[in-house]
Amino acid sequence: MTGVPARAGAPTRQAADPGAHADVDAGAHVNADRGAHVSADVSAGGRPWSGVRPGRRIRLLNSGVSARVAWVLRALSVLVPLAAWQALSASGLVNPTFLPSPAAVWAAGNAMAASGDLWSDLAASLGRIGLGFALAVLISVPLGFTMGALPWAQALLEPMIGLLRYLPASAFIPLLIIWLGIGEASKVALLVLGVVFFNTLMTADVVRQVPRRLLEVSATLGAGRLRVASRVVFPYALPGMIDAMRVNAAAAWNFVVVAELIAATSGLGYRITRAQRFLQTDRIFAILVLIGLIGLAIDVLLRLLRTRIGRWAG
Amino acid sequence: MTLRLENLGKEFAAGRPVLADLDVTIASGEFVCVVGASGSGKSTLLSLIAGLIPPTTGRILLDGEEVTGPGPERGLVFQTASLYPWRSVARNVAFGLEALRLPRARRQERVGRLLEEVGLAHLAGALPGRLSGGQQQRVAIARALACSPRVLLLDEPFGALDVQTKEDMQLFIRQVWQDVPTTVIMVTHDVEEAVFLGRRVLVLSCDPGRIARDLAVDLPAERALTEKRSPEFLAMRAEVEDLVRAEHRAHQARV
Ligand SMILES: Nc1ncnc2c1ncn2[C@@H]1O[C@H](COP(=O)(O)OP(=O)(O)OP(=O)(O)O)[C@@H](O)[C@H]1O
Ligand SMILES: [Mg+2]
Repeated sequence: MTGVPARAGAPTRQAADPGAHADVDAGAHVNADRGAHVSADVSAGGRPWSGVRPGRRIRLLNSGVSARVAWVLRALSVLVPLAAWQALSASGLVNPTFLPSPAAVWAAGNAMAASGDLWSDLAASLGRIGLGFALAVLISVPLGFTMGALPWAQALLEPMIGLLRYLPASAFIPLLIIWLGIGEASKVALLVLGVVFFNTLMTADVVRQVPRRLLEVSATLGAGRLRVASRVVFPYALPGMIDAMRVNAAAAWNFVVVAELIAATSGLGYRITRAQRFLQTDRIFAILVLIGLIGLAIDVLLRLLRTRIGRWAG
Repeated sequence: MTLRLENLGKEFAAGRPVLADLDVTIASGEFVCVVGASGSGKSTLLSLIAGLIPPTTGRILLDGEEVTGPGPERGLVFQTASLYPWRSVARNVAFGLEALRLPRARRQERVGRLLEEVGLAHLAGALPGRLSGGQQQRVAIARALACSPRVLLLDEPFGALDVQTKEDMQLFIRQVWQDVPTTVIMVTHDVEEAVFLGRRVLVLSCDPGRIARDLAVDLPAERALTEKRSPEFLAMRAEVEDLVRAEHRAHQARV
């Protein structure tokens, strides 16, 4: 069902040429075909498209892949880099202090897990993203919703938020430490700062996508502004708002680790700086893998949520 | 119900009226079709009556009361259904009733009856995305009817449908109009449709839109599809088509 019938050429030519897929003789075939038609074209008043190869199957750009193939490709996307890593470290070309082998990384991870350090650090990092991201969502969703729904709020807020968005949150770390110390507050604040402006603007964009017709029809059905906001705009925009959150959750997770790298006494970022001090690259790698896996898990969870809520938009 | 347009006019840009000097009275139970070339302001007229945009001059009176904003007593249906895609068919129809704070049992009973009327009872639980274009328009009409509108405003409701579905829908809307006590104002650029459905046809001129002609259709009230081939029908249709074409020509000549 993915093939689209070729529109070029007369139907008779298409039918008469079932072997057009064989690319080996395609060149000769096209030439012969064209040669045969040149004279005919002239006498027939010219058919400019007659040189198109008959029976060529045109496939949609986004034609699907089967579930089986998709899973094989997914496996490859993990296994190929892993194999390359293994090969590189086994070849002895790179000093193992710089690039430890997968086995060494696995062992280092296990050792950290056994000592319990890894879990307390993971808990610390997860606690920070949980609190910080929740705060960022609580601020940005109402703000973005208001901006998207009310033009005056948009005019009032967009210039400032658009500007703040371009200030790199990491550059605020020194200020945050001066203001809030090196405790939890400064880390959560960095995360909120790094996420809140983007999520506000993205939420506003999604809210503006609600078709005007839908708003008009709702008004003629007796729904006031509050009712339209809660019963029409919000459900319509919800899947898109979750998408925005998913994108920004990745940024949030980054900011947690960054904050912990600079000043912290716990967390995965802190554990990396500790390992750096003792040149334990195997530990650094193990923590990086864990960070990646957690990020992936957050992404998958939000994706599932979005699929559940946005089934109608599917 | 009486709908009065008094000296109604609308300009989006100053000095360039889209509609001007509309004086029309529409009585209870009428089925009025509005035809006119593209850009003559048909949709603008419906938006004005719906209360979605304010008039520049004149006013609209519904039973003597000036229209100042949208409300459930004036139901509106667009060419594309504009349904709530996350709500089931039944809950789409129920939307207006929820705002009216009707008790749940009464609401469900009313939704059930409307779905019967539009022939979609078997699809009550389906999401709009699953429905055909004609079915979606039926839902949109049922949703507007749920609020018992005094006047139902239809903006090219069948314009996006294929010929067969369109004819089904024409018979359908005629039936609805006979079953439900409501006045219908329907915009279309299909003259045949206008003459077939309307008891009265308003022809809009272009630039600015004025009432070029206000025609009563004196064909039998009960019109079957075969009526479209009767000489009286064809004559009437030709008359309206000529009017629309003349207005269009005049407009082309001016620009
Ligand atoms: N919101 C608006 N702002 C500015 N101009 C508008 C607006 N809405 C409509 N117009 C203009 O008013 C004129 C009439 O538009 P309208 O949509 O009412 O025409 P119509 O008769 O419904 O046309 P069609 O048959 O193509 O639907 C057009 O020239 C259009 O550009
Ligand atoms: Mg229109």
